[in-house]
Amino acid sequence: MKTKRKNKSPAAKARTKTELKTTPRKVGTNLHAQLSDLVASGGLRLVDLTQTLSPDFPPIVLPPEMGQSRPFRMETISRYDEGGPGWYWNNLSFGEHTGTHFDAPIHWISGRDLPDNALDTLPIEKFIAPACVIDCSTQASANADFVLTVGDIAAWEKRHGVIAAGSWVLMRTDWSKRTDPVAYQNFDETGQHTPGPDPECVRFLVNERNVLGFGTETIGTDAGQAAHFRPPYPCHYYMHGAGKYGLQCLCNLDLLPPTGALIIAAPLKILEGSGSPLRVLALVPARSRG
Amino acid sequence: MPEPLKRPKRKNPIVRTRQPTLPPQTRSRVALGLTAAVARGKLELQVCKDCSAVQYPPREVCRTCLSHRLVWRPSDGRGELLTDTVLHIPQELFFRERSPWRIGMVRLDSGVNVVVYVHQTVDAAPCRVRIEASLDRAGQAALIAVPENGRPDLFDDPKLREMTCDPRMRKILVTDGKSTTGQAIVRALAAAGADLIWIGQAEPWKKVAGFEALRELPKVVVVPLDVTDGRSVRELAGEIGGKVDILINTAEFHRTSGISSHRGVETAQLEMDVNYFGLLRLAQEFAPALKARAADGAMSAIAWVNLLSIFALANYPAHGTFSASKAAAYSLSQALRADLRHAGVRVINIFPGPIDDEWDQLELPPKLSPNALAGAVVQALKGSVEDVYPGDVAQDWLARHLDDEKALEREISEGGR
Amino acid sequence: MGRNGYKDVVLAVPVTVPYVRYSIRSAHWFLGRAVAALIAGAKIPKARIDGLAVASFTLSPDTAVGLTQHLGMTLRWLDHVPMGGASGIVSIRRAARAVQNGDAEIVACISGDTNHTDSFRRNTASFSQFSQDAVYPYGSGGPNTSFAFLTSYYMRCYGAEREDFGKLCVAQRNNALKNPLALFKQPLTLDQYLNARPIADPLRLFDCVMPCAGAEGFLVMQRRTAESLGLPFARLLGAIERHNAFPDDPIQYRGGWALDRDELYEQAGIGPDDIDFLETYDDYPVINVLQLEDLGFCGKGEGPEFIRANTFEAEGTFPFNTSGGQLSAGQAGAAGGSLGLVEAIRQLTGQTLGARVADARHGLVSGFGMINYDRGICCGAVALAAV
Repeated sequence: MKTKRKNKSPAAKARTKTELKTTPRKVGTNLHAQLSDLVASGGLRLVDLTQTLSPDFPPIVLPPEMGQSRPFRMETISRYDEGGPGWYWNNLSFGEHTGTHFDAPIHWISGRDLPDNALDTLPIEKFIAPACVIDCSTQASANADFVLTVGDIAAWEKRHGVIAAGSWVLMRTDWSKRTDPVAYQNFDETGQHTPGPDPECVRFLVNERNVLGFGTETIGTDAGQAAHFRPPYPCHYYMHGAGKYGLQCLCNLDLLPPTGALIIAAPLKILEGSGSPLRVLALVPARSRG
Repeated sequence: MPEPLKRPKRKNPIVRTRQPTLPPQTRSRVALGLTAAVARGKLELQVCKDCSAVQYPPREVCRTCLSHRLVWRPSDGRGELLTDTVLHIPQELFFRERSPWRIGMVRLDSGVNVVVYVHQTVDAAPCRVRIEASLDRAGQAALIAVPENGRPDLFDDPKLREMTCDPRMRKILVTDGKSTTGQAIVRALAAAGADLIWIGQAEPWKKVAGFEALRELPKVVVVPLDVTDGRSVRELAGEIGGKVDILINTAEFHRTSGISSHRGVETAQLEMDVNYFGLLRLAQEFAPALKARAADGAMSAIAWVNLLSIFALANYPAHGTFSASKAAAYSLSQALRADLRHAGVRVINIFPGPIDDEWDQLELPPKLSPNALAGAVVQALKGSVEDVYPGDVAQDWLARHLDDEKALEREISEGGR
Repeated sequence: MGRNGYKDVVLAVPVTVPYVRYSIRSAHWFLGRAVAALIAGAKIPKARIDGLAVASFTLSPDTAVGLTQHLGMTLRWLDHVPMGGASGIVSIRRAARAVQNGDAEIVACISGDTNHTDSFRRNTASFSQFSQDAVYPYGSGGPNTSFAFLTSYYMRCYGAEREDFGKLCVAQRNNALKNPLALFKQPLTLDQYLNARPIADPLRLFDCVMPCAGAEGFLVMQRRTAESLGLPFARLLGAIERHNAFPDDPIQYRGGWALDRDELYEQAGIGPDDIDFLETYDDYPVINVLQLEDLGFCGKGEGPEFIRANTFEAEGTFPFNTSGGQLSAGQAGAAGGSLGLVEAIRQLTGQTLGARVADARHGLVSGFGMINYDRGICCGAVALAAV
């Protein structure tokens, strides 16, 4: 069955051709050796920013009238038994936005018509990018509804320099240390209370800093109460509306330096996918401090 | 004179499609007993257990002795047509659109008067007739007088044709035309005069005996259809939904697992995904199209057939999860029937016993051959029934189920049928 | 078995609320206007009416009960009579006993209906449980189907021709032409009758009534009450009713009147030959013929011969449905069961609106109604006399 796909740009088509060209073997072997040496010598640390995908991980919760995203579930097909004597494997089911996951521009209405906006058409160069880590852990522990403002960005830039274009901006809140799912979700009768950016801050990062995307430790790049912001869910709205990305349910951001880490975040290549769980790795030059 | 259907001309595309209308649908509860029997292809009337008087119209107490012990019993329908008329100006839209109608009053030999449709091969009153029962487009019982010693084809009377879902000249989708059962049904439909049969296949890479020969039939078109894939169903519905007159859902996933056969639910999930969710996906995508064309000329959308299983009525523990998935499909088919009823599209459920195929290999005979099953499907379409129990095992289970569900449940779990 | 007669029971104040083809009003309007006409005609205050009998198909969700409050009436006697074309006759039988025994002094018998564009179909669709279950689903012909059956059967059994029925219809139309309240204003020729648009074989357009909105009414009281009020009145000589007669007849070819007519004439002290005019319930011509036969004007099956031998205009040999009957005046629902009664009172009290029967001393009025399944269930008749 032929798949129909909107918005595959000429660049994307050219890119596919480039991917298939072979590269000289010599350079590849060298690159791996360089990397291994760096890691072995302590010059480079690898940090896993990914939560384990398990049925226990809290899923996103929407109002009951809306379509529900499936929580992560595993059904064993066989485990060296009569279902398959020599092997073990599972069937998985989950919504695209489950666990540590990536949001593509097509996920939001503001990004729906942009070119190369789905998982299978994203430019792969963007999957490796620098990260700016903004430490809001103190504020977040005092106030679950803490919002990151332009002022907070300005203060951070004063110390660490201007955020470079094409960077991930990661909001460290240490929220991932809340291992109790109830505390992690932090619901009360007025909804969810988790930190996130305010609308002005998002606009600034998009318009003035041309970032690659925004990442958080919570479920959702937007604050828990963002439905009441103007516009609602400003991080999704503005980021995806500008062709930018999101990362959620990250952990170990406290092991990253404010600048200098390189993030590898390559989502699954899903036909017209809006997002997927993924492995997010950080390459941290050893000289910088976490 | 019987009026065989001539091939209708092509539809004028700029004229609005006729919207479906129905004959009167309301019946009292007690009158629904007539419908229940007709749904199974039987003509039954109430009989008083105390004085044997036959009752019609259906009622709560005996018209003779006032006993409340009235039971539904088969009737041979023999009687005399006392008087008839041709109705030119009916009051309801359905009849106005199809007027005139020949209606009559028959005095059954059992002593009751019955208002009936009169088949056009019946002579003028007075004459001997036999009453047959059909389902009308509203899914209610309709009684028809036919000549006493004839078995005229309802299809040949233009007024009564719509009570059947005859596959003649129709376009039919068989959702799995590759399984042995599916292939048999496709061949039977071709022989019964279908114009076009789309046969769905989910796994094109799989080679199955008989399929290549089937594809060569002139009326057959193979289409991709995987009922576990919502996109597949949606795309096919987009392509052909507006042309399907009859949809026959043969897609089935059958394993022989009970509760304790093995751990894990993934086999059961597959059974549900094909047998239950597959039906739901098909219903969501194809039902609107069928409803929109339910009155679209002589070859309108007319029927939806589900291949269920007698195990949908009573679980067969050796195939326990399969049975449960068929029970789920059965329940859903009732929702589908309610949805399609208002357009007059009939939902026909087939409840076979074990079929002579690989997953019923260990079941003892009598088993239903795919050809016999196919024949039953075609018969159901040509007739006027909703619930079909083909084969000896199905008939046996049905009788036991109607008699006492709990007794059947015990009998089944005592180890074998 | 002897039955008490109707000594000193009289009928007075015949009123008609003029018929209209369609109305946006509810039945309450027509019935209310009927009561208004009755008290105006009787020159009595509303409170003087202490009994009420109501017949209507379109009063729902109300019955006579709702009407009491709607019209602001306090009553000692109340009846709702759901018997269609027999309601008027049956109301008289009920009211007569009430006034004879002092349960009520003046009973208003009113019947009427509204008619909206979809009224007839809706009323027919929910007419009775048997009809809903076993007739209406077959072609939805309503009474047209039922009477087509009866007509076809009768014609086959007794050799009636369409011309016979047509003669009655033409005569009724001639009577109607003089009735200012009749809905049909054009003459009808036999040719037109025979060649009219087919409805349900053998019935054609002029075999069928025109449903409309309207009401009929009259008062039942003791003679001395009428005299004290100075009202002209007709005397009630006898009254019969019978329901579900001859249930084993395969097709209805005779009605309950056949069982009770001898008693009617005995009670009335007169015979068929004494009758100066006959008002039958005429929703289809064939039922006219059944009434002619079953009320003793000719033998069973002799209807066609009787029709051929007589003329039925008000000035004819057998004055019949002298205001035109429902077939030419219109059928205002349940009011059809009182159209003949009101006309009979007018003839007997000299208050005719149109055609007049000379020297009318005795009249017979017959009612028929409620094709519950395959036959009309309710039959009744009254014999009336001038003072």
